[in-house]
Amino acid sequence: MPTEIYACMRERFADHVLEFDESTLNASIKLAPEVVAEVGRYLKDDADLQFNYLMCLSGVDYGAGKPLGVVYHLQSMTLMHQIVLKVELPRESPSVPSVALIWRTADWHEREVYDLFGIRFEGHPDLRRIFLPDDWEGHPLRKDYVVQEFYHDIRVPFPDLDPDRGTYVFGSPGGEKKS
Amino acid sequence: MADVSHRPQNPLVIDKVSELKEGELPPEGRYGDNILVTSVDKFLNWARLSSLWPMTFGLACCAIEMMATGASRYDLDRFGAGVFRPSPRQSDLMIVAGTVTIKMASRIKRLYAQMPAPKYVISMGSCATCGGPYWKHGYHVLKGVDQIVPVDVYVPGCPPRPESLMEGILKLQEKIKQEQTLQRKLAAIGRSEVTVPDFAQDHRSSGHDPHVPEGNKPS
Repeated sequence: MPTEIYACMRERFADHVLEFDESTLNASIKLAPEVVAEVGRYLKDDADLQFNYLMCLSGVDYGAGKPLGVVYHLQSMTLMHQIVLKVELPRESPSVPSVALIWRTADWHEREVYDLFGIRFEGHPDLRRIFLPDDWEGHPLRKDYVVQEFYHDIRVPFPDLDPDRGTYVFGSPGGEKKS
Repeated sequence: MADVSHRPQNPLVIDKVSELKEGELPPEGRYGDNILVTSVDKFLNWARLSSLWPMTFGLACCAIEMMATGASRYDLDRFGAGVFRPSPRQSDLMIVAGTVTIKMASRIKRLYAQMPAPKYVISMGSCATCGGPYWKHGYHVLKGVDQIVPVDVYVPGCPPRPESLMEGILKLQEKIKQEQTLQRKLAAIGRSEVTVPDFAQDHRSSGHDPHVPEGNKPS
């Protein structure tokens, strides 16, 4: 049961376990970012918990002036119970310990979150962008993301209608450039 | 060798053109339909449009419709364009079927460059034509494949039904029918726009063979 899981974690990690929320569909526990890897290892290896399956790892942007976050959905395939872990990270330098070596599925999940949110996962074996080109600017799922005008010679945003010509002008960075 | 001298003669068939009297034309159908008289351009165009070899190039859901077009129900083979090739080097038609991401753009450019000329491009569906539903907020989508390769026919739809794609291919065939390859080439030579480099001359005078890259020459 989520309350028991919370009690176990609270007992072991004390003040690093910040909050327990049972009001939503999946009960969640908010953690201090620095203990994520240790908590993960504990949840997986403890005989009473056995969280051997990371169902999902998501990045979240809570909006302007609010922090970024990472959410872990865990399940135990042997004991059939679930729990959600949440961490909040500062927008300026979001960084959290990697769990890729605990649950191998987190490898690509963390790369995706890094690609689209710019959250760094410390200790990740191969933290590169997974979808976008390596030389892409910015992290598109962040709410403060501003799309770049050009990627190499290709115009990225669809141009606005040019009232003088009555047409859309794509142009290139070297040549004429209408926005 | 078969002896044909005793073959019974059909009085309605004249065996040799030389047996025709002066001014007489061979009877209708004498040569069957074996001989056609046409211009070289028309012949080239006919050959090209009747045997388009599309490249297997599915990028998104449009590819499902493209597969349906090629399969038995719609049977693209009726138009001579049903043999999808897995290699750009064996194909002359690129059906850009689906969303072109910006990361894919450079690959498409390269694949197009690897196709032998004459080559044609059909932009299939809304995404390939203008970015489709991603035109405003799709930071990752190329807003029209015509930004990187020349497009001959645009097929609208999201995705287009197989009938639409077939219509696009028929339109492309009509376009190929209008081509004037030889006429253009001859006209260009007449205007001295095309110069044929004399490699043999080069080779003789300088001992330099332009076909052999530096460093590959026998010493």
